[in-house]
Amino acid sequence: MPSQKKNDIAIRMEDVGIEIDGELDSGSEDEARRRDRNRKAKASPRAGGRNGKPATSEDEEEEEDQDEAPRKRARKKKASAQDSEEEEEEDDRSVKRKGTKAAGRKKKAVEEESEESEEEERGKKKKGRKVTNKKQKDEQNKEKKGDAKGKGGKDKGNVKDKKNKNGKYSSSSSSGESGDEDSLSEGEMASLKEEVEEKKKLIATLRNKPWRMKRRLKLLKECQAFVEKFEGALGKGKGRKLYAYKVMMAKKMIKFNRDFDNFKTACIPWERKIKEVESHFGSSVASYFIFLRWMYGLNLVLFAFMFGLVVLPEVMMGLPYGSIARKTVPRAEQERAMDISVLLDFGGYCKYSILFYGFYNDERTIGVLQFRLPLSYLLVGVGIFGYSLMVVIRTMARNSDEGGDGGDDGQFTFAFKMFTSWDYLIGNPETADNKYASITTSFKESIVDEQENQKDENIHLRRFLRVLANFLILCSLGGSGFLIYFVVKRSQEFANLDQDELSWFEKNEVEFVMSLLGLVCPPLFETIAELEEYHPRIALKWQLGRIFALFLGNLYTFLFALFDEVNAKLEKEKSIRNATIWGLNEYYSNYSSYHNTTDIPPPDIHPADVIRGPCWETAVGIEFVKLTVSDIQVTYMTILIGDFLRAMIVRFLNYCWCWDLEAGFPSYGEFDISGNVLGLIFNQGMIWMGAFYAPGLVGLNVLRLLTSMYYQSWAVMSCNVPHERVFKASKSNNFYMGLLLLVLFLSLLPVVYTIMTLPPSFDCGPFSGREQMYNVVMETIENDLPAFIGNIFTYATNPGLILPAVLLMVLAIYYLNATSKNYQNANLELKKKMQMARDEEKNRRNNKENTNQVMQDLEDLLPNRSLLPPAAEEENPPPDKVREKGSKSPKVAKRPGAAANGKGVNLQNDVSLAAPNPKAAVTHPPGPRGLSGNARGPPPGPVRGRGRGTPPPRH
Amino acid sequence: MGTTASQLGKDLLSEYQRFSELLSKEDRNLTSVPMEKVLSLPELKSNPFRKRICHVFSTSDMKDGSLTFEDFLDLLSAFSDSATLEIKSHYAFRIFDFDDDGTLDGGDLEKLVNCLTGETEDSRLTPEEMRQLISNILEESDIDKDGTVNLSEFQHVISRSPDFVSSFKIVL
Repeated sequence: MPSQKKNDIAIRMEDVGIEIDGELDSGSEDEARRRDRNRKAKASPRAGGRNGKPATSEDEEEEEDQDEAPRKRARKKKASAQDSEEEEEEDDRSVKRKGTKAAGRKKKAVEEESEESEEEERGKKKKGRKVTNKKQKDEQNKEKKGDAKGKGGKDKGNVKDKKNKNGKYSSSSSSGESGDEDSLSEGEMASLKEEVEEKKKLIATLRNKPWRMKRRLKLLKECQAFVEKFEGALGKGKGRKLYAYKVMMAKKMIKFNRDFDNFKTACIPWERKIKEVESHFGSSVASYFIFLRWMYGLNLVLFAFMFGLVVLPEVMMGLPYGSIARKTVPRAEQERAMDISVLLDFGGYCKYSILFYGFYNDERTIGVLQFRLPLSYLLVGVGIFGYSLMVVIRTMARNSDEGGDGGDDGQFTFAFKMFTSWDYLIGNPETADNKYASITTSFKESIVDEQENQKDENIHLRRFLRVLANFLILCSLGGSGFLIYFVVKRSQEFANLDQDELSWFEKNEVEFVMSLLGLVCPPLFETIAELEEYHPRIALKWQLGRIFALFLGNLYTFLFALFDEVNAKLEKEKSIRNATIWGLNEYYSNYSSYHNTTDIPPPDIHPADVIRGPCWETAVGIEFVKLTVSDIQVTYMTILIGDFLRAMIVRFLNYCWCWDLEAGFPSYGEFDISGNVLGLIFNQGMIWMGAFYAPGLVGLNVLRLLTSMYYQSWAVMSCNVPHERVFKASKSNNFYMGLLLLVLFLSLLPVVYTIMTLPPSFDCGPFSGREQMYNVVMETIENDLPAFIGNIFTYATNPGLILPAVLLMVLAIYYLNATSKNYQNANLELKKKMQMARDEEKNRRNNKENTNQVMQDLEDLLPNRSLLPPAAEEENPPPDKVREKGSKSPKVAKRPGAAANGKGVNLQNDVSLAAPNPKAAVTHPPGPRGLSGNARGPPPGPVRGRGRGTPPPRH
Repeated sequence: MGTTASQLGKDLLSEYQRFSELLSKEDRNLTSVPMEKVLSLPELKSNPFRKRICHVFSTSDMKDGSLTFEDFLDLLSAFSDSATLEIKSHYAFRIFDFDDDGTLDGGDLEKLVNCLTGETEDSRLTPEEMRQLISNILEESDIDKDGTVNLSEFQHVISRSPDFVSSFKIVL
């Protein structure tokens, strides 16, 4: 065996990169294989019939190459049975071919073969090829039966892992006939394992098959029985126990996962409630409640931040109430501080409580933990925005993932209306009637649309009307803005007057007017929008946009008016501050001159009597809290009066009324999804804006969402009918989220502006005494962190670094944008291709009247056929085995003859020569023979092996 | 897999309860529930396709739409959350295929529209509108232009629909 050649092979194999060790010892392997082959050739009944073509030695070589290719292919196939990708197979095949070519050449060098043997080989080759073909076509089990060679390992065609394969090869590298018990059972085990896995997979995916339940149950039972029967049989000795243990753990794991999933579902709050609403009103109303629940979760997290990092430390470790001026109600307000009317306006004790900014002390650290409250306050205030931004964007991204390709809107308008418009969840006759009506309307509308698309007359009038409508709406928007500005200004004047002279209305004018505008304007817009004669879907979008503009305009007008107030307060504060400083100086100089000492104690004034500034932060916080509370009141009152009372009247006065109240004028209230969602979004905007100045606002909002969940779901179930316009739930989710994101951004602006530019009050809040609020961060960096970190910050804030960073980000955005555009194009291209392919397929099918699998499944579902026993897709293992054994027996019988052949002896010698080669022994060698050993059931293997007496050169 | 089997039983329990409620005492020995009883389920009561649903899921030889427990399970599994779009569209097609001929032709579509617009006369579409509607639908979804919508065309349309999966559900 020329080592040079061997190296050659090795190199080749390395080039190919697969199973180097499998082929390296091709010498011994070859011989073994050849012997095996010869034997087989004789054994196979067809061998004689097919041959007869004389060949030279060169021919022989070639043929051997060809011969071995298929066989190897077969073996290879077995190895890669689990991943049945053709490509890979093809690869492997070519690889093998290379390897075997080399092997064949070497074989020639080692010994010469007679023509007879060649003939035999030819016969066998044919067979091998045939087997391969079959394999390619048939299921793996069939391959077993057809294989006349009866290679045991091949029978079990489904070797799962390399380890198994290796085991087999090593056993075959012994003398081929001496399969020992382990390897034999291993082969069988592999196949069993494979089958068990298959069944398991079937069990897992059974519910996704469009089969009849009967068939499914039957299959499931079969599979389960099979798995149970054979799962335990797998593995041997130690391995068996381990395997059994593994299987048991897997089962436990599945069970646990299942329980955990159930638990998780049970933990989702209000799932039942929402499902109930869903089943009565369809998915669109439910989408509002799901949105509400999502909002509740978000606010709960925000509340946890605020409460855990700001409120709780201040309560636990900060100074108690009454210890310093900012934590005490001033003397002038004290007698009325507990009045309910004052408390409802968030004055008195409310104002000087942890609910508002002013209460917090500016001590750098508090308590034994050295908790840095001011820093924590600032970071939480900013962190709330950061977290919300992250969550909203993540949710949007997830939603858009689920949305699939929203690209072809309008392609199937009619078909969608037809096939998907019925909401099968509807279980309430009233809702169903409504749905009928809305579907009919939408049919009619779309027909009218279609007709209108063809004829478009009187376009000038329509244009004029649309311009007019927009003009009117702009007017009302501007009017509402002005009204709010006016009212806020007036309230500032009122604030300067004595509180006692003001009526309740004058005190709450701002909130009242804003809520009123929010109540009156949307219906007004709707009325105006009827001038426009838009398609309802477009009209709805306009309506949403206008309401959004109204709310936003109101909010911002309110903010600007508030800023005016803040500026006025800042002026006032400056004078008070100067006065305070002046007073302190007076006190100090007086004290020192009177007592003649420099050790001056602080002035002994009761905290309630200290002169204090207006504390604009608390004032802003109070405004937002009042706004939120009045919003809650108005919403709840609207539901109570507009929905509940109306429903009561309609239902109970209907008996004694002149016209039909239910069908006529008042009828029942509709659940206004878009309005409710917008209300929720704006409420959240106010929370975001106000949370920095009133930490208690988040808690208040959590309460509000909690109650409105119960309240609204009750109201909806008891006194509402669904909206007639279908506002599609799945598509609109991201629309809501987009609005939320916009509101988040818009509420971020004023807060960040005040944090960055306005000076904090000098005598209240965690930042008092500092020039700017963010100075807290600087202080921390300077005092608490090591010096080098301060240096790093100095460098990092250098414009020289920031500018490139910004540039880099812009470039990144540009790049990502470009790539996304490319992807979009590619997507579009692919879509077109798919469509074309589909069309083609359709044409072909129509021409051929060919039924594919899908159609067959469908037919199977037809009632008259569904009772037939399911098509036997699962092969029955027992018959297989029987046949397999039958096919083996003749070969076994003829084996001795093959061995008696002179060649056989030769080969054996070669084997013994090759055996000493450590490589040959250790690594694995020829497939075929090893396989033959493996294939047989455990009992016959060892017996035969010993009977032949070949020494198994095992490791 | 004894544990799994018993687990399954537990899961099925609530469905079985609902199912056996439908069987009144005198016909407890029957294995299938007649269609009228199934239709009285509140979840199906207001569904315009309730009869079709029964017929589609029934395996009875009498073609009377009666459901055995297995059929009932079939129904629930097709309308459950975990059923795939493929299964749902399969069954939707069968439900819409009123004459059981494997395609949705003009007659099927007309019946479908009538189901969707309700039983009352005033909500019905006029013949002219109906004709227009059906021709529009065929124009959109009948890719091979044979005048009917077959299963794969139907599935193609359905797969583009954003809210079919979320609305093709029945919750017991």
